[in-house]
Amino acid sequence: MLKGSLGLIALSSLLLSGTAFAQEKIKVGVTATLEGTYTVLGEDGIRGFQTALNVLGKKVGDKELEFVIASTDATPDSAVRAVRKLIEQDKVQILLSPLSGDEGIAVKNFAKTHPELTFINAASGAQETTYVDPAPNFFRYNMDGAQWQVGLGKYAYETKGYRKIATVGEDYSFIYTQVFGLVLEFCGAGGQVTNRQWVPLGTKDFASVIAALPDDVDAIYLGLGGADAVNFLNQYQQAGGKAHLMGGSIMIDQTILSSKGNAKSALIGTLAASGQADTWEDPGWQKFVKDYQDAFPPNKRFPSPSLLATNYYGSTMALILALRQVNGDLSNNQAKYKEALAKIELDAPNGKIKLDSNRQAIGTNFVTEVVDDGKGALFSKVVKVIPNVNQTLGYDPAVFAKIGLPSRTVPECKKY
Amino acid sequence: MAAVTSGASDAMTRFVERHPAWALIVIIAVAVALWLIFAVWPPGLEEAIGRKRVFLNALFNGITLGGLYFLVASGFTLIFGLMRNVNLAHGSLYLFGGYVGYAISASTGSWILSFIVAFVLTALVGVLLQVLVFRRMEGQDLRQTMVTIGLSIVFADLMLWACGGDFYQIQTPSWLIGPIELPLITAVKSSGEPVYLRYPLVRLVIFLASVIIGIAMWLALNRTRIGMIIRAGVDDRDILAATGVRIQIVFVLVFALGAGLAGIAGVVGGTFQSLSPGEDIRFLLASLVVVIVGGMGSIPGAALGALIIGLAEQLGSVYIPTYAIVVTFLIMVLVLALRPQGLLARR
Repeated sequence: MLKGSLGLIALSSLLLSGTAFAQEKIKVGVTATLEGTYTVLGEDGIRGFQTALNVLGKKVGDKELEFVIASTDATPDSAVRAVRKLIEQDKVQILLSPLSGDEGIAVKNFAKTHPELTFINAASGAQETTYVDPAPNFFRYNMDGAQWQVGLGKYAYETKGYRKIATVGEDYSFIYTQVFGLVLEFCGAGGQVTNRQWVPLGTKDFASVIAALPDDVDAIYLGLGGADAVNFLNQYQQAGGKAHLMGGSIMIDQTILSSKGNAKSALIGTLAASGQADTWEDPGWQKFVKDYQDAFPPNKRFPSPSLLATNYYGSTMALILALRQVNGDLSNNQAKYKEALAKIELDAPNGKIKLDSNRQAIGTNFVTEVVDDGKGALFSKVVKVIPNVNQTLGYDPAVFAKIGLPSRTVPECKKY
Repeated sequence: MAAVTSGASDAMTRFVERHPAWALIVIIAVAVALWLIFAVWPPGLEEAIGRKRVFLNALFNGITLGGLYFLVASGFTLIFGLMRNVNLAHGSLYLFGGYVGYAISASTGSWILSFIVAFVLTALVGVLLQVLVFRRMEGQDLRQTMVTIGLSIVFADLMLWACGGDFYQIQTPSWLIGPIELPLITAVKSSGEPVYLRYPLVRLVIFLASVIIGIAMWLALNRTRIGMIIRAGVDDRDILAATGVRIQIVFVLVFALGAGLAGIAGVVGGTFQSLSPGEDIRFLLASLVVVIVGGMGSIPGAALGALIIGLAEQLGSVYIPTYAIVVTFLIMVLVLALRPQGLLARR
């Protein structure tokens, strides 16, 4: 009895406090991969998100933003579970989610079941998410995996003189999209991709994969991330590997370049492409790096923000700036807000970003090379900046549609 | 030693006499394996099943992985053999040892020290488990099994709370980094110059260490007084206790040794793979399969089982990647169907 009445009191006080503040708050749900293979990526994503809050503040007119963070593990079902929990239990109105490729496809599909809410992609980069049957309430302010590889294939072929390469990648949508972008351009320039190996996300023992790498190629492209990339590099070093390397966007990124141990030194000189470059001179980028560095003590962050931090920063920026444009008006199923989101042009740290008709980002891409700063820290150095990269990678949309969707074997190695 | 060899050769003669067909198959299989390892492959064979380098690497990876499995499973089987206690928290001891090893190696930089501390601390946890939990429910197999399941869940959550969901990798000491050349020819260049197999040194060292530990355990069990007591306990606990041996102390010792071995295995696993939540279950499952294949309670059985499972995993992942996971369990099913007590069990 006593227990019951105590519970009632607690419940009613909770309800009271809820009604007292509900009108001044806008609830936003955030997901990040804070478990599993991509833990470090999720953690840095959240740092980028917090940096954005530090810079922009949490006020929208007279309303205050309130954030609820949920953890996922890069699997689609974990992302849907987290998003559902945020909507049903925490009653969020806007979502900043998710981080990883397969999660993105699942959350986009889930978004259709909640047309009244707004979903802003945090960092995921599978092509399918916005290219196939896009959800009208799902907005993506980062480029997809293929856009992030623009420039890499041509640079490798023309400047580095690579003719034959092989790829090793994690077996899921984002890496398919990255290899798609690479193969399209490299083979288009005349190169050959002789072998594509796929490993499950979360592989521990790469020894046999490393042994099966071909010898007769000019470079090996690595499409790995997080713990997989670190495991691979460690075992690659133990096996004495010496091939030229090329890297995907989350392979050549501070999540790997500042990992513990010296296995990462195999990456010095590695050619890569991504939506950012650590040493870019642009003042907007430099300011973002400084904001990021000032927001956290040096042992709680990377020397420079990772691609995930940048993406979360950009998405949070879009979320807040568009909300300010409509003065926090979320009435009529958030119609005004969605309109503002579709139209907004961001001056993001990694270049200007605007959305196409599928609500997919058109942005700037960077070809980079890994350099040692002389003190043992590794950074990605810009070798080429390519503005205005769209989702069809400059191809005519009809031709692009014929290539097919990224998968283990698509695209074929030929000129389209 | 002479007695051992003659005993082994006796057993072999008996086996050949009783199962001539099986003996022939075994001899042919060994001959084929030796030829695959030492001969230079003709081009036709390379075309059919891939390069020799890939095969040799998968083979060596399988054997070294088997070494790791043996370390985990030997403690498991030892505890079961003596106490008839299926300790389903064994995987948690593995992961705990790994985390301890990581903490020590990260703070002191010493790889060797991390083994010692991991062994001591996990052995201590083992002692506590035996004294505080298992002694209170002696002889109640089902209750003990249920309690260990519960404990493994509690430990997993405690470790997740303390260490987070991140991946940890124990730094390989610099003198172990890199490959060495083994005197096995993988291919012959067009100039006639042979290409030798290059293999990660650290994996070989870890494998050697597990062989040494295995032999030491075998010697301790078969050649020392305490080993004699343990073997007697495996055969008949009650009579052993009746002869005046303080069996509880033996139990505590064996539990400490078994747990400590799991801790060492955790450091090994953290060095050439990595540590994260979920690894406890993976290694518990692996050691269950290993001891089921090899025979519950038998150390040589654990060694054979670990070798078979390690090879099946690695060769499977190279030659039939899609079905690699099934192979392990297929072997287990076959063994359970044909020889349910395990390959090397005595009874």
